[in-house]
This record gives sequence, structure tokens and C-alpha cells, in this order.
Amino acid sequence: MSDTGVWVAVVAGCGACLALKVVGAYIPRSWLAGERVSRIMNLVTVALLAGLLAVQTAGQDQGLLIDSRLAAVGVAAVALWLRAPFIVVIVVAAAVAAGLRALGLP
Amino acid sequence: MRAARRQAVSVAVATGLYGISFGALAVAAGLSVWQAQLLSLVMFTGGSQFALIGVIGAGGLGSAAVASAALLGGRNLLYAVQLGPVLGLRGWRRLLGAHLTIDESTAVALAQPGREARRAGFWWAGGGVWVCWNLLTLAGALAGDAMGDPKDWGLDAAAAAAFLGLLWPRLAPRRAQATAALALVIALVASPWLAPGVPVLLSSLAALATGLWPDAAPAPVTGPASEPSGAGDGP
Repeated sequence: MSDTGVWVAVVAGCGACLALKVVGAYIPRSWLAGERVSRIMNLVTVALLAGLLAVQTAGQDQGLLIDSRLAAVGVAAVALWLRAPFIVVIVVAAAVAAGLRALGLP
Repeated sequence: MRAARRQAVSVAVATGLYGISFGALAVAAGLSVWQAQLLSLVMFTGGSQFALIGVIGAGGLGSAAVASAALLGGRNLLYAVQLGPVLGLRGWRRLLGAHLTIDESTAVALAQPGREARRAGFWWAGGGVWVCWNLLTLAGALAGDAMGDPKDWGLDAAAAAAFLGLLWPRLAPRRAQATAALALVIALVASPWLAPGVPVLLSSLAALATGLWPDAAPAPVTGPASEPSGAGDGP
């Protein structure tokens, strides 16, 4: 993406996310009283994070590629299961991938 | 009040630490230090920020990057609606409160017992996270700039781990697990066929597939004189 393209995405993304917060602060509560709306909204967060996880772990341009990232994410899952703090999980994942690549793996 | 403030400050410091990883990953994804900083200053909602740089870093469409960020930011709208009566704000304070409405400030506010403690928790957590998050974004972005090839440092794997870390605490309900599993499959299956960023958007449909139905299916009502229920039916 060109630098201009990145700026457009950054500014538009900032505007959209800020607008959502402001709209929420001004609309009457009754508009979103539906239990289904809030349930789906919560699940959209879960679905998108899972989709991002999949693509960031195994995506490569337009396609899939298994490499050191998968092992790193596996170790990150173990760290999360052991209740490690977020920052530790990130550092451990980076270290696993960096280590495997230093050994010559993709 | 004091308990609310103490809790808020510890959440702010802990959350702020992810700011380092956000700054470094943003630069690794091809953003400048200023672009990374603008996201933390104005967008100020971690999941959306990671999503935007994730799609850009994967070479995806700008529109897909913005749409992913906005869809993930949708939950802040619900938080703001919930917090409205708790905070009772007017004028510019209402706008400032809206800007500081994120996972952490909402969670800390709603965890407090009284109205005053809730307000204190919201402002201390929201303001504290904003300050820490921005300072450490800058530190991470400057460090990332000096690092060279992000893959040698495993930063691509770190970005994946960041999404897993954001997802993990939301996976307790069975329905959330099913949604996540379906979304993973959708994203992986769609990846070879669609432009980068679009599979992620498509994966959000998993929420519709699993979320349209209520938690406990109510007994079907066929009319005022419903059929007598057969053996094995619930009450």
C-alpha cells in the first residue's frame, strides 16, 4: 500500500472508531435494549479476532503458508493457559519464531 | 473510591505495556511512527488498532482494514450506551468520556459498588490507559523502527499471538468457542480465493450464524391451546 493509502486508512479508521463511541454516548439506551443485538455484537468481536488470528498465523499474500508462526502461536496458547500476562505471551511468541528462524526454519 | 483508583491504575499500567507491542508491530506492518501514534491517540481501541495494522501488513485493501477496525470497534458503542446513565455526562465531558470508552475503562467502572466509585474508576482507568498506551506506543514504534526485518525478530508471530491474547478471555462461553472455531475455518478457507483482509471480514459472519438464536430455546408456542407435550419434554 502507498504511504497515502496508509494515511487514508489510518484517518478513516480513526474517524469510524471514534464515531462509534460518540454515537453510543448519545443514542437513547432503549434503541439497543434487544438482547440479540448485544449478543451478536459480542460475538462479532470474537469472530473477527479469530479470523485475524487465522490469517496472521497462516496467511501469506493471497494464500496459506505453515511456518514458524504456527509453533509460536501454539506456545502462546500454552502461555495463556498458564495465565501468563499478555506482554509475556507476545514476547514468548516472538522469541519462539525468531529462534526457529535462526535455526534455518521458514 | 480509593479501591477504584488503585484498580484503575494497575489496569492502566498493565494495558499500557501492550502499547510497546502495538507500536513495534505497527512499524513492522509498514506504518510510520506518526501513523502508529495517531492510531493510539485517536482510534484508541486496541483490538481495532491491531486489526487495522494486521490487514495493512498483510497487503490487504485499505477499505478492508478500515472495515475490520470499525466492526471490532462496534462493541465500544454498546459500552458507551451502557455507561451513559452511570456517568451522567453533559457537553464536552460527554465527548471526552466517549473517547475514553474502551474494554478496560468499562470493566473497571462497572466492577465498582457505588455511583461515585464507578465514575472514579471510569476516569482513572480510561485516562490512565490513554496516557500509558500512548507513551508506550511511541517507545515501541521507535524501537521497531530501529529493528530491521520484523520476521527475524518473530514480530509476525507476535502479532498472531496478540490476536490470540485478545481472544482468549472471551472464549469462556460455549457459544463463543463455536463462533471462534467457525470464524477460523471461514478465514482459512477463504484466504486462497479472496484479497487479503476480505477473509477476515467474511469471518465475522460466524457471529450471525451462532448469535441469532437465544440462549435457551423457548418452547414453541403453537397457539392458546398448544399441543400436549410428549414424554421427555421439559416443563
